[in-house]
Amino acid sequence: MNWKKSFIPLVNPLSKDNPVIVQILGICSALAVTAKMEPAVVMTISVTAVLAFANVIISLMRKTIPSSIRIIVQLVVVAALVVIVDQVLKAYNYEVSKALSVFIGLIITNCIIMGRLEAFALNNRPWPAFLDGIGNGLGYGIILIIVSFFRELLGSGTIFGFQIFPDFWYKAGYMNNGLMILPPMALIVVACIIWVHRAINKDLQEK
Amino acid sequence: MKGLKKNIDKIKPQFEKGGKYSSLQSVFDGFYTFLFTPNETGKSGVHIHDSNDSKRAMITVVIALLPCCLFGMWNIGLQHNMAIGDADRNFWSLFFYGFWAVLPQIITAYVVGLGIEFIIAQIRHEEIQEGFLVSGLLIPMICPVDTPVWMLAVAVAFSVIFAKEVFGGTGYNFLNVALVTRAFLFFSYPSKMSGDNVFVQLGSQPAVHGYSGATPLGQLASQTEPTGIVTNILGDPLSATDIFMGFYPGSWGETSCLCIFIGMAILLLSGVGNWRIILSGLVGGFLMAVVAHNWASPLYPVTYLKPLEQLGLGGFLFAITFMATDPVTACRTRVGQYIYGALIGIVAILIRCYNTGYPEGAMLAVLLMNCFAPLIDYCVVNSNIRKRMRRLTVRNL
Repeated sequence: MNWKKSFIPLVNPLSKDNPVIVQILGICSALAVTAKMEPAVVMTISVTAVLAFANVIISLMRKTIPSSIRIIVQLVVVAALVVIVDQVLKAYNYEVSKALSVFIGLIITNCIIMGRLEAFALNNRPWPAFLDGIGNGLGYGIILIIVSFFRELLGSGTIFGFQIFPDFWYKAGYMNNGLMILPPMALIVVACIIWVHRAINKDLQEK
Repeated sequence: MKGLKKNIDKIKPQFEKGGKYSSLQSVFDGFYTFLFTPNETGKSGVHIHDSNDSKRAMITVVIALLPCCLFGMWNIGLQHNMAIGDADRNFWSLFFYGFWAVLPQIITAYVVGLGIEFIIAQIRHEEIQEGFLVSGLLIPMICPVDTPVWMLAVAVAFSVIFAKEVFGGTGYNFLNVALVTRAFLFFSYPSKMSGDNVFVQLGSQPAVHGYSGATPLGQLASQTEPTGIVTNILGDPLSATDIFMGFYPGSWGETSCLCIFIGMAILLLSGVGNWRIILSGLVGGFLMAVVAHNWASPLYPVTYLKPLEQLGLGGFLFAITFMATDPVTACRTRVGQYIYGALIGIVAILIRCYNTGYPEGAMLAVLLMNCFAPLIDYCVVNSNIRKRMRRLTVRNL
């Protein structure tokens, strides 16, 4: 029982308390990095790493941070982690780092991170905070990956850069949907996910 | 007719509550009221003064569209024969060439759109609304003749679901469904919706020497030394009569001013179309065209077009007549309708002249103003309330 309970922060954000489709946070980066699957996966890993470690660090310091300057302290911690992630990406995966351009730096402004630090890490011990960070990062990542799957498949006809639709489809008149590459379609795909999700989880529907 | 009615009445009980096909009741009801006037009357007070319902309004718009539709079919044949150098100008052979070219598009638009509406009406246990009757004809008319039917099907499905049904169905959409379909096609498959190769159907036959399939506005947008002179597909200059009659390539419903004026007259005389929007739209477009022409610049070649030609070419008149007047997406207040119409006219010419990426701006202008229509109405209503409040306080003093 107790063991199960301790994993609630990890499991809850995956569906019932998903940061993107239930709390509607982090929409901006969901539009920006989901045209292709590879950047979406890298973004997921980066956000999860930053969020998990930021949660742990803030949780360790939670008793020493004066409440009046806590936002600044949180920003410093997140910024330091983001710079590390950025440098690691530049060193080991330069192509994707270029494709993501400013959006790695903009992880600092991702509302999910500040939201979790404020709402969870400041009031919880390091281990639950770590699980919460992993859970929310993955919950964000699931949506990113679903959106980018549909956008890359329909917009470019590829998955991770491999061509999916055979050549004779294109010869027969099939064309990639250019609108899928444009940002508005990301919003519409996210809306569809929310639609399906609320249809399954009736308790989440607004009256 | 009597025999048909007898047969239908015989199967009617099966569709009523508790019958075998009761889940399909709204489908049956939709067809039944389409064929016959039901003899059920209201049981409470009588408050209906006219039998003019949305079904009749829709049919009026369809009738108003017919001249453009029929002319468009003939024009497809004409452009085709001119492009391949066929001297045949027989009316019926031209007409039927175009008829067979667009028939699959019309059928696709109706089957996909009505199919989705029927399914959703069944799911929601609502009556089937006749909202798609007009959209289904409008959609092929504002697309190039060579649009593949599968693209049309995808676009229709997208716009019916995301522009209409998610907002609650007919009467609740804030964007014009036909234009959302076109916008979807335009941004998804740009190579099939714009350029020089889509507006004239060659049908895999070789084109004659000197042929160019560019629309007049497309020609202007690509001129490096702008002259303001537009030509037909063989390179002969278009006269004012040609522009008025519509003997040039384009989305096939939109070219003929004459037919659009006939449609406009039908809409205005029957009271279905709103004259305020049409009038202010024409005035707004004309003023913007005069301004653009007066300060014409080689950077923006379309500005060299004379103001009246500016209004007559492309989809401007068609959009003002049939799209801007859509009662669901337009402004409701009278002052708002003037503002709404005028802004559509101005923005359409503005996009056309100064955004060289889009040779035609009517579609984007109407969609943009659709978004602003509720805001305009809100401001007009609030300023009216404020005016009356002031009058009240003055009198009370």
